[in-house]
Amino acid sequence: MSDASNIRAIDSPAALYALAYEIETDAVERYKLLAEQMETHNNVELTRIFLDLARAEGLHAEEICRMSGDLGVEAKDGPIGTWRTESPESADLNSAHYLMTPRDALLMALAGEERALAFYSGLASAAGDPVVKKLAETFVDEELEHVELCRRLLRRYPLPSGASAGDDPDPPFAVD
Amino acid sequence: MSATAPLACKPGDYKSETKPIWCPGCGDYHVLMALTRALAALGEPPERIAVVSGIGCSSRIPAYTTCYGFHGVHGRSLPLAAGLKIVRPDLTVIVASGDGDGYSIGGNHFLHACRRNVDLTYLVMDNHIYGMTKGQPSPTTEPDFDTALTPGGTGVRPFNPLVVALASGANFVARAFAGNPHETANIIVEAVRHPGFSFIEILSPCVTYRPDQRAWKDRVHAAPVEATDDAARAARRLMTDDGFNLGVLYRGNRRPYRPAAAAVPCDQLELEKGFEI
Repeated sequence: MSDASNIRAIDSPAALYALAYEIETDAVERYKLLAEQMETHNNVELTRIFLDLARAEGLHAEEICRMSGDLGVEAKDGPIGTWRTESPESADLNSAHYLMTPRDALLMALAGEERALAFYSGLASAAGDPVVKKLAETFVDEELEHVELCRRLLRRYPLPSGASAGDDPDPPFAVD
Repeated sequence: MSATAPLACKPGDYKSETKPIWCPGCGDYHVLMALTRALAALGEPPERIAVVSGIGCSSRIPAYTTCYGFHGVHGRSLPLAAGLKIVRPDLTVIVASGDGDGYSIGGNHFLHACRRNVDLTYLVMDNHIYGMTKGQPSPTTEPDFDTALTPGGTGVRPFNPLVVALASGANFVARAFAGNPHETANIIVEAVRHPGFSFIEILSPCVTYRPDQRAWKDRVHAAPVEATDDAARAARRLMTDDGFNLGVLYRGNRRPYRPAAAAVPCDQLELEKGFEI
């Protein structure tokens, strides 16, 4: 995963808008990928949750487009991305599992939102340009809302009493 | 933009309608994501790219792309791809394999593909297990992998693919982690652009038969040194490597194998004439 140190210098609002847009579109792609995995394995509930998460990130991307006006962030979005390793908000794709529960999915989303929050907070405190700082603070507020939303949704799915996704009562069988 | 200018492809344009059937969380999903991003970044349209594979979970990849694909026989993806590239040097040829297909059944072809140095990009999705056939040990399985099939472990020293590739003449050697699709995409782009045989070992966890590989995300780290073009230095580094260094580790400057132009008939009739009895 990424932090502010592995992203090129954000020295203008345009650069920050473009980066924020990339972060959101990357998140959309990952959630769609996870939804596809769950759909293939007939896990209807998780498919819906991941598609909802993709939709939410997509709305955020649209909002960034709207906020950025005629800067054309959509056109600047490259296929690979700005960061050297991974996007701050990206879902941890390795955490998907065939026994995954809605709670696991929301914990995955929460972790992504918390990373994004830490990322924008770091950016806001390090920014020299007051306009960039103000914009980064706006994104901090947005991510805070998302963190709170994930926490609220998590309350619908209380902690399991016993087994977790890692405890498979019928594990894959290696044959001779 | 003029009316006739070709439209740039997006990663989604390289993804076919066929839905992957890998297990949820399988690293191969993320390699597919990295590959489509890399192809979009390279800017070649799907019809200028061929994806060739052998057999195994990872070798299903050609069906999931819109590029030309060849799902070949077990372990034989490299000679198929080399033949294709020699006859159609204008195509970008990507070869996909796994550790069983690439290092065991196709182990000999791996050595000679490195030697020949044809301009190919070889992606090996290494999960240290035969996943498709339900969990038998592969050439890269750890010697203490203790299961019903290997009681007390295999006791066999694992194959070191990067060292073998370097010693055999591969012109570009790198390691990536499926869980970092951005980084993997960047390495694939560089590998395709580098002339000659480019080899990328992609650590791609098998979450079903090797749940312990979930810990790989915490073990992988950026290679502490820059890539070198000095094979001897690269060999020393790779021999002491912990197996989790990520990045480009060697960039060679050997001239890729290209047959004399006259010897390569690209015309269909010319090709058929060559097969006449």
